[in-house]
Amino acid sequence: MVEHRKPEVQNKYSQARAGRAHGGPVGPASSFEKPKNTGKAFARILEYLSKSKGSLILVVILLLLNTAASLAGSYFLKPMINTYILPGDLAGLGMALVGLAGIYLIGIVSAFLQARLMVRIAQKTTNTLRRDLFEKLQTLPLRFFDANTHGELMSRFTNDVDNVHMALEQSVPQFLSNILIFFGSIVMMAVLSPTLFVVTGVVLVLMFFIAKKITSASTKYYRDQQRTLGMANGYIEEMVGGLKVVKVFTFESRANEAFAQYNEEYREASTKANFFAGAVMPILNNMNNISYAVTAMVGGLLTVAGRFDLGSLAAFLQYSRQVGHPVIQITNQLNNVLAALAGAERIFEVMDQEAEDDNGTVTLVGIQKKEDGSMEILGKKQRPSHWAWKYPQADGSVKYIELKGDVRFHDVTFGYEPDQVVLKNISLFAKPGQKIAFVGSTGAGKTTITNLINRFYNTHNGQITFDGIDIKLIKKADVRRSLGMVLQDTHLFAGTVLENIRYGRLDATDEECMGAAKQVSAHSFIKRLPQGYQTELSGDGANLSQGQRQLLAIARAAVADPPVMVLDEATSSIDTRTERLIEKGMDKLMEGRTVFVIAHRLSTVRNSNAILVIENGEIIERGDHDDLLKQKGRYYQLYTGQYQLT
Amino acid sequence: MIKSLAKYIGQYKKQMLLAPLLVLLDVIAELSMPILMSKIVDEGIPAGDTGYIVKIGIYMILLAMGAIFFGVANMKVSSTAGQGFGANLRDALFKKVQSFSFANIDHFSTGSLVTRLTNDVNNLQNTLTMGIRLLLRAPMMLIVAMILAYRINARLSLVMAVAIPILGIAIALIMTNAKKLFTVMQTRMDALNSTIQENLIGIRVVKSFVRQDYEKKKFKKSNDALTDAAIRAASLAVTNMPVMMLVVNAATLAIIKIGGGLVINGVMMTGELISFISYIMQILVSVMMLSTIFLMLARAEASGKRIIEVLETQVDITDPVELKDGSILLQKSTSAMGISRNNSQVHPGKIEFKHVSFKYTVAGTGENVLSDINFIVNPGEIVGIVGGTATGKTSLVNLIPRLYDVTEGAVLIDDVDVRNYKLDDLRKGIGMVLQQNTLFSGTIRENLLWGNENATQEELEKVCKDAQAHSFITSFSQGYDTFLGQGGVNISGGQKQRLYIARAMLKRPKILILDDSTSAVDSATEEKIRKSFYSNFKDTTVLIIAQRISSVSRADKILVLDDGKVMGLDSHTELMKSNRIYQEINTSQQEGVLANG
Repeated sequence: MVEHRKPEVQNKYSQARAGRAHGGPVGPASSFEKPKNTGKAFARILEYLSKSKGSLILVVILLLLNTAASLAGSYFLKPMINTYILPGDLAGLGMALVGLAGIYLIGIVSAFLQARLMVRIAQKTTNTLRRDLFEKLQTLPLRFFDANTHGELMSRFTNDVDNVHMALEQSVPQFLSNILIFFGSIVMMAVLSPTLFVVTGVVLVLMFFIAKKITSASTKYYRDQQRTLGMANGYIEEMVGGLKVVKVFTFESRANEAFAQYNEEYREASTKANFFAGAVMPILNNMNNISYAVTAMVGGLLTVAGRFDLGSLAAFLQYSRQVGHPVIQITNQLNNVLAALAGAERIFEVMDQEAEDDNGTVTLVGIQKKEDGSMEILGKKQRPSHWAWKYPQADGSVKYIELKGDVRFHDVTFGYEPDQVVLKNISLFAKPGQKIAFVGSTGAGKTTITNLINRFYNTHNGQITFDGIDIKLIKKADVRRSLGMVLQDTHLFAGTVLENIRYGRLDATDEECMGAAKQVSAHSFIKRLPQGYQTELSGDGANLSQGQRQLLAIARAAVADPPVMVLDEATSSIDTRTERLIEKGMDKLMEGRTVFVIAHRLSTVRNSNAILVIENGEIIERGDHDDLLKQKGRYYQLYTGQYQLT
Repeated sequence: MIKSLAKYIGQYKKQMLLAPLLVLLDVIAELSMPILMSKIVDEGIPAGDTGYIVKIGIYMILLAMGAIFFGVANMKVSSTAGQGFGANLRDALFKKVQSFSFANIDHFSTGSLVTRLTNDVNNLQNTLTMGIRLLLRAPMMLIVAMILAYRINARLSLVMAVAIPILGIAIALIMTNAKKLFTVMQTRMDALNSTIQENLIGIRVVKSFVRQDYEKKKFKKSNDALTDAAIRAASLAVTNMPVMMLVVNAATLAIIKIGGGLVINGVMMTGELISFISYIMQILVSVMMLSTIFLMLARAEASGKRIIEVLETQVDITDPVELKDGSILLQKSTSAMGISRNNSQVHPGKIEFKHVSFKYTVAGTGENVLSDINFIVNPGEIVGIVGGTATGKTSLVNLIPRLYDVTEGAVLIDDVDVRNYKLDDLRKGIGMVLQQNTLFSGTIRENLLWGNENATQEELEKVCKDAQAHSFITSFSQGYDTFLGQGGVNISGGQKQRLYIARAMLKRPKILILDDSTSAVDSATEEKIRKSFYSNFKDTTVLIIAQRISSVSRADKILVLDDGKVMGLDSHTELMKSNRIYQEINTSQQEGVLANG
């Protein structure tokens, strides 16, 4: 349970972090991550964007239009003052204002359309990105999920997708618009007065260097802040997560003391980081004002000297205001774009993972058995009474082999890591309808055997056959369809109890689902739930006890009605008295099927056709209950209580 | 809400008061620029007075430098105050959470407490830091600019009287509607995230039932719903900027039109007109900024509520009230049952339950988990507790160190009601190994020292030998200094359990409770641990909850629980003779007839 809690907390973090990205105070949370290969990530994002090529071209046109309108609007001050106001031409001024209104309108409409378009493009792109990522995940082998924590994968969907989205929707268009405005203003200023432009240029360059200087200084403080925040948050997570233990050991005051220290360190670092990050604003802002002052002064002098005019000065002052903002904002936006590319890179990393291999050509088809023993192949619509393997032969013909549930292992060797051996030369057979049990200590390799049957993992050496066919030749989905698995860790889905049972077979009727529940004795507890079968289960069935969840998982497998069943500690959390009660239902469930059972409790496996005792990845004893007792080996010791499983 | 949070400004009051002054100076400096500029245009240029122009220009540069100083100083005080407030709040919240009872913890869940301590506090702290800058700046900018504009030309400022309300109302409308749409979006995002999470956790189930296509469809539906909501919300939100531009531009046109006329008629100067246009810009940007602030405050409000909820939670298990003369105010219901003792320590370790009933007030079904429990355990006895799942075993032992309080009746230790002990004294006397336990990041030694921070190496090794942990600890190359990751991720379940036990033993408690603490330990080792209780913990009362009867069959007494009631308290042999439930549990666990035969 302790292990279970951790990812949950992590996910809460990442969700909350993602939430913040939606317009919260934009902390420099991701400002300093840089992608490893900017060009490559960028190219792939472009590929995604190419679906909205038309809209994108329109966006660029609108951006240009908007910039032009904004530049023209400022320029208009010159004729306005020089031609109309100063000479006193009121009628001309009215006409000119109509023209200005037109320019403003173009600017507003283009800005509005561009923003709306970009919202759509960004949302559609992230929608596809998320979908592709999710669909890719569904194809990945279990190895991948073993190697990556849920928290990490969740943050691909939350943080990383969100960074991409924010960059597309805001940073990229703003960045482009800023660059356009910046260069546009520079050109206009140079045109209006080359002398003044040089003066303003000096201030601009100065601004740029100061901005750079402060940003690089604040990087250090920002790192300090993140480091101390990480430590403080880590301590919070541990002490609150383990709060019950804290209480039992009356550790509260010591925890308070230690936390006060972490908190103080963070406060000092974050005050500095915030100060440096914040100080950029007034400095740059007022540098801009200084440039404004210098422009006004020098412009005034030039006008007095007759080398400039009032209208041009007014227009120039407007440009000198406009040109400063892009300089202030561009660094920030560039950082956002880089963070987005870093996020995109991590997303693509997952997408580039190798999918679960599936070269199988043998598929499962429904059949109707005729009285003479021959088979009739059914279409997809009909519900078959039996199943057969459709086995395409090398010569082009197709062979049909009835699915009976005969499973054999021939000298199978396997390890999760290449140099590790979990199973050694395992050979075993299960004839149709037989019940085979695995007994052994934790880590002996019992679950691993079942993981190979359903091809969660591939064998290193040896062969597993299903009705005589090598399972590597069978399509993975079809192997799994023929198997019913009740796994050690029960997982349910958000939805009603009924929906969860139906997960076993999507076209099962309500009656069939309830029938399955009755069969495995889950009916009585379900009926007592607030809304019976319609009770909504919260995430992973958290509102049920472990035992109740196991009963539902068994019902889910029962409704699937597969020819082969794997029960991996399926009743481990059901107490021994209740287990007795459901024994009959379980027996009926196993009737007529090939069943693999893993259980700690020997009472569960007693009546198996064969019991295999596994130790350190090897089968050390095999036989039925009576045989094994006669052998007086490990099973006998277990049974008589001389030895206990760990 | 502001009132209850304001006190956490604490020692940073000075900065909080200094900030508005600095902002005001900054604003005045910045807004003086256009006026000075208009002087250059209206007085310097027409007169051709270059000296005057240079003088004004230098004033402007000095003002801008002054504004840099005020701005940077304001950043300094606002960062100090904002981050300091955050630190104070975080500290208070942490302390509060540390004082929580188990019921309080259950109410919030640890995950949600962690989010409140991290994200919510950070959110408030950033809001305050930003808030001191913007929250003060925007209205001051608005007011000062309005005064200056009014002084330039009162008639012309009527334009603003029209523009400001229009902009204000338009933005308010957009914001409130966008907020609703964003809420819808957030709900859908949560739904999508739980779908993803479910798939990650249950990937084995998805794969074994071959439900990839089904899950993809489910995801697509959820994903499209999110995108739909997001587009609607964002599309509305982005209209903010064009609307603002529309108003600003319309106002500019009106001012040039009217102002141009005034200039032509000689009522106003050209420079004044140019600076007036600057002010109208500033004013409308401030209005816009105010609306952003309101949005920010709305978000902070949600965090603030979540924090206050924690801060104002009534902790339901506290120390008894101490009277002036040093004696303790006895629990009303129990005064007849217990003897009053000041500063009681747990000794020698007698446990008595008197008519105890218990139900969970939080997250419970409202039904009694324990009803009318009566029993006595004498000092030094070893007692096993058995019963099926959910029969109240854990609930029962939790009442002893007051992790929960009884609903009715009383739990007495050494004849004193547990509610009359100081919590620290009570819990220091009781060692408990919880079923859902945890280790903390740090070395094995640091983890063990939780039991007794002053323990010597000999003491450590002794309890570790008793808990059968010494040999595996010394097998690590770093021995007792082996570093454990968070939650002890790098050691096995059985090893963890032995460390939990050693940690509790190190307390040398008068009462030691083990709640299903050896489930991952093999039975031979379990037997050895059990033996150490007899030899080295003779004076300790030990309660052992166990699944396997074999784990407790040698205890002095065994308490049989069923459905929250005591069904028997006797030795194994006696229970085997007479207790039906005990017999049933025993048979269900007996693998073979051969065992006893």
